[in-house]
Amino acid sequence: MADNNSFQLRIITPDRVFYEGEVDMVEFNTTEGQVGILPGHIPLTVIVKPGILHISEAQGEKQAALHSGFAEILPDKITILAEIIEWPEEIDEHRAEAAMERAQERLRLKEAGTDIVRAEIALQKAITRIQVLR
Amino acid sequence: MASMRDIKRRKSSIQSTQQITKAMKLVSTVKLQRARANAERSQSYFKCMYDTVGSILSRVGHVEHKYLLPGASEKKAVIVITSNRGLAGGYNSNVVKLITRNEELCKEDLQIYAVGNKGREMLNRSGYEIKETLPEIIEEPAYADAMLLANRLLKSFEEGEIGEIYLAYTSFKNTVNHVPTLLKLLPVEYDAENPAEDSSQSAIMNFEPEDVEALDMIVPKYIASLIYGAMVEAVASENGARMQAMDNATSNAEEMISDLALKYNRARQGSITQELTEIIAGAEALG
Repeated sequence: MADNNSFQLRIITPDRVFYEGEVDMVEFNTTEGQVGILPGHIPLTVIVKPGILHISEAQGEKQAALHSGFAEILPDKITILAEIIEWPEEIDEHRAEAAMERAQERLRLKEAGTDIVRAEIALQKAITRIQVLR
Repeated sequence: MASMRDIKRRKSSIQSTQQITKAMKLVSTVKLQRARANAERSQSYFKCMYDTVGSILSRVGHVEHKYLLPGASEKKAVIVITSNRGLAGGYNSNVVKLITRNEELCKEDLQIYAVGNKGREMLNRSGYEIKETLPEIIEEPAYADAMLLANRLLKSFEEGEIGEIYLAYTSFKNTVNHVPTLLKLLPVEYDAENPAEDSSQSAIMNFEPEDVEALDMIVPKYIASLIYGAMVEAVASENGARMQAMDNATSNAEEMISDLALKYNRARQGSITQELTEIIAGAEALG
């Protein structure tokens, strides 16, 4: 490691290596709330909740929609095992908006037989996608 | 001796079969390359997944967790990953044999989740209970499909409908070596002797949320990734097995063709000799 202000980030999905590189800071949403990880963090494993992933690297900032998975944090390295993750350019805005409306509709009506938890997760995912795009 | 015409007809029929097997070999070679690249790309994910689950389990020890204890039911679910198409040598029957020849798996207690048609056909014929048939997901393995299947299985496990979950597939070692494998998915079994190698690291790993809660969330992902990994490897193995089978078929056809060519030439020579003898005999009779 050249200096102590950066560390290795690897994001892997079941079918590809999504991102690999030196970064200054990573922020994402976990079951315990939003976290921002700087170099030298204590070893920690967290479960991901749908949210925006911010990657701060030397050249600038990158964003992605991270939906599910978990992350293993070590002082000089972070590995995110993401089940679903997308760069903004991979997101279909119309689909995300339609999904958001559908989920909102379902939550509002609260019909018998509606899976509320699933609808909430769907809503969260759709909102994340739209936020990343803006 | 068969007539020249018969031999010729037989030879040309074998030649056209050989052309087909040759073409099939080329196709599966290309498919194998693609499938192998896929398998390699997803490997790092599974290694990481395995290590993480291992480090959690080695820390948690013998905790009373629903995924670590055998379920209430005697029933066992087996996911059988085979191909939809045949002509792949022993590929499909080797996977099926894992189940039929295994004495610990009683026919009556099993519920088969058949991924791929061939395995379903064979097991159905021998009288196994086929719970679900999923022929289409092996065509193009997708993580989402594996996740859905894993969720369905975990749900029946939690509801006490099944007590154990197994996975039968063909593991891809290299192009010529494929090993039929039976894996126990649930309850999660972890080799307690293994984690020693990196105990220094796992000893200080923290979990947020706590270990047991983390298990709740990670185990389904772990199962899904194992199923996905098995599908990706099975596709690679299938194409490898087919490539080998077709290669053998092509060279067998080659052998038969050269054998028939020899017979044909002999028959041709025989008929020429016979005709000559007849002509000479006729000429002598006239003279």
